[in-house]
Amino acid sequence: MTDRKKRRTLKILGATLGAGAFARAIAPLSALSETTSMEELLQQHYQELTPKDLQRVLRRLEAETKRDYGVDVTIEDVPPLEGVQFAYALNLSICIGCRKCAEACHEENNHDRGTGNSYIRVLEMDQGSMDMERGRTDYDHTVPAEGKFYMPVQCQQCENAPCVTVCPVEATWQEKDGIVVVDYNWCIGCRYCEAACPYHARRFNWNKPDVPAEEMNPNQAYLGNRVRPQGVVEKCTFCLHRTRKGRLPACLEACPTGARVFGNVLDPDSEIRWVLENKRVFVLKEELGTRPRFYYFFDE
Amino acid sequence: MSMHMEQTVQPPVDHSVSYPKFLWRALRAATDGGPLFYGSMTILTIVALLGANAWAKQVVHGMAVTDMTDHVSWGLYVANFTFLVGLAAGGVMMVIPAYLYRDDDMHDVVIVGELLAVAAIIMAMLSIVVDMGRPDRLWHLIPGIGRMHWPISMLTWDVIVLNGYLLLNLHVCGYLIYTRWLGRTPNPSWYVPFVFMSIFWAFSIHTVTAFLYCGLGGRPFWNSALLAPRFLASAFVTGPAFIVITLKALRARSAFQIPEGAIERLLSIVRITALINLFMAASEVFVEFYTGGSHTASARYLYFGLHGHEELVPWIWTALGLNAAAAVVLLSKPLYRRPGVLVAALVMTFVGVWIEKGMGLIVPAFIPSTLHEIVPYVPSATEWIVTAGIWAFGMMIYIVALKIGLQAMSGRLVRSDLPPAVGAVPQEAE
Repeated sequence: MTDRKKRRTLKILGATLGAGAFARAIAPLSALSETTSMEELLQQHYQELTPKDLQRVLRRLEAETKRDYGVDVTIEDVPPLEGVQFAYALNLSICIGCRKCAEACHEENNHDRGTGNSYIRVLEMDQGSMDMERGRTDYDHTVPAEGKFYMPVQCQQCENAPCVTVCPVEATWQEKDGIVVVDYNWCIGCRYCEAACPYHARRFNWNKPDVPAEEMNPNQAYLGNRVRPQGVVEKCTFCLHRTRKGRLPACLEACPTGARVFGNVLDPDSEIRWVLENKRVFVLKEELGTRPRFYYFFDE
Repeated sequence: MSMHMEQTVQPPVDHSVSYPKFLWRALRAATDGGPLFYGSMTILTIVALLGANAWAKQVVHGMAVTDMTDHVSWGLYVANFTFLVGLAAGGVMMVIPAYLYRDDDMHDVVIVGELLAVAAIIMAMLSIVVDMGRPDRLWHLIPGIGRMHWPISMLTWDVIVLNGYLLLNLHVCGYLIYTRWLGRTPNPSWYVPFVFMSIFWAFSIHTVTAFLYCGLGGRPFWNSALLAPRFLASAFVTGPAFIVITLKALRARSAFQIPEGAIERLLSIVRITALINLFMAASEVFVEFYTGGSHTASARYLYFGLHGHEELVPWIWTALGLNAAAAVVLLSKPLYRRPGVLVAALVMTFVGVWIEKGMGLIVPAFIPSTLHEIVPYVPSATEWIVTAGIWAFGMMIYIVALKIGLQAMSGRLVRSDLPPAVGAVPQEAE
């Protein structure tokens, strides 16, 4: 009997030690309580927020940006416009591969400075081939190079978007103007969408984005270019914080050759409509049935 | 042990009193053991805690502490998850002979397979939790309060079938153990329907996990109808292999009676499934390389390297070598009869499938990326430590569950006011 008692005492001692060690092991998590508020933890899905709730969320996010980055920013909810269906087209005959679009995206969308992230990747391809396997994104020489052409790739805003299909929590969806958005405060960070996307359009925040205060773009949207939290997925939004207010995407404005055409396909007088009607346009990986809203064409 | 035991009149039991008592007794049974038990549990606890610590740091500092990138956005965690779902499904290879074919030897130890399923499912779920960028938002997946994208997203199916399989196995094992402790005859209508459901469910968990990958048109390496059958074949290699190792260890280190018939039956299953698995691998290799073209770039990267990148080549050839060697050993009586050789072959094929189905299946789908960029991936120290932690925790659950389960099933763990059952094991297990 004393043996059993001794054993029990030892067991209790072991359990206490184990529990204490476990508390120590997960102690780093306590750092989260300083940065993650209960309000954020319990925030509802964007589509379920009442207008009042949404305003409160926007103000909270602004305050958090001020706290973490030291900048006064304006975060708006910019809804889609009636009677608008966005489409993008890119003229491969005149793109020179200068990557100005990628750079403009980086600045406009408050991307992490450390990784030099951008929603656009530019492929340098051999003339006479459309085989992306032979394309390169890491070219480092004066452009345009002899015998090469250039193909910038970003989110294709697919009508039949695999990323939206696979999301287990409906954190990403297509808005009625065709833009696929992410609720950065609902995404659980499983990265299934990243696996599903055939165009390498999605990015994950592997760490907390680093954006210096003086470089921060303060005009931000909830579903757009606000600074993303750590551990969630993000993507190109056709600069909805600009385009839904009648402006053009930053990548288009930065293009020195005018290779990019953007607009509302429902507007019969728009340039994008003219391109789609008069040029022999094509989409990437058409055989996958994703039905992109991003078109490519050559002049001749 | 047969489910057609004669029903005797049993006095009513107040479960609100006896169940807590049972739990308390089970806790004691689970924590009693010899130096080997305490030693291994201490080591496993340390590894599990190191894993928990590495994970906590990962949550705070971000997943940049892994080697994953936007190019290879799933790595060791998801690889391990895939393998563990297979291990969980593999337990069914004891349940089918025991319940469908009325194999009495198997029936005596079937709980080993069911408890392995419980431990493996918990490990699989943890592997997903540690892969999430925002584990604090896990509740978004809960129907009712979150927004579960069911039935469209295959991941939601996986959540449902994995939780369902866990509950089914917990119920069957829990019910049988508790009834044994009460000294009663289990009522078949309380567990047999759930056993049959669990058979169907075992196939579903691995099928759904395969569908998670093979339904993606943008990843040609996964986009194959053979994926689900291949998953099942390899699951039915690892599950029985692991169980045979367990049974042999129990026989060597504990007083439980392990019928030879159960081991023989499991080995004959592994013998066939190992061959089917190799055949399916060969089938895929043929299609990839005979067809050629850019869709086979991942397979070329995996087996031979691509543009000077050969990170996975040693892994996959090791896996194929282990699997093929194990298949040969298992077919050759003079070989596997030698002491130690059989277990070595089982360990070899277990490791072989782990590589083939984990690193060999998940990583190459991302290399080259969808824009054909090659960004290599080698798991970081954090990823290894977290993964080791999950395995250590899972093995703790397995060992503790086996102690309780086998003591109860052999009549050693019974209510103190009952006389011990006939044939009770005289000595406690390690």
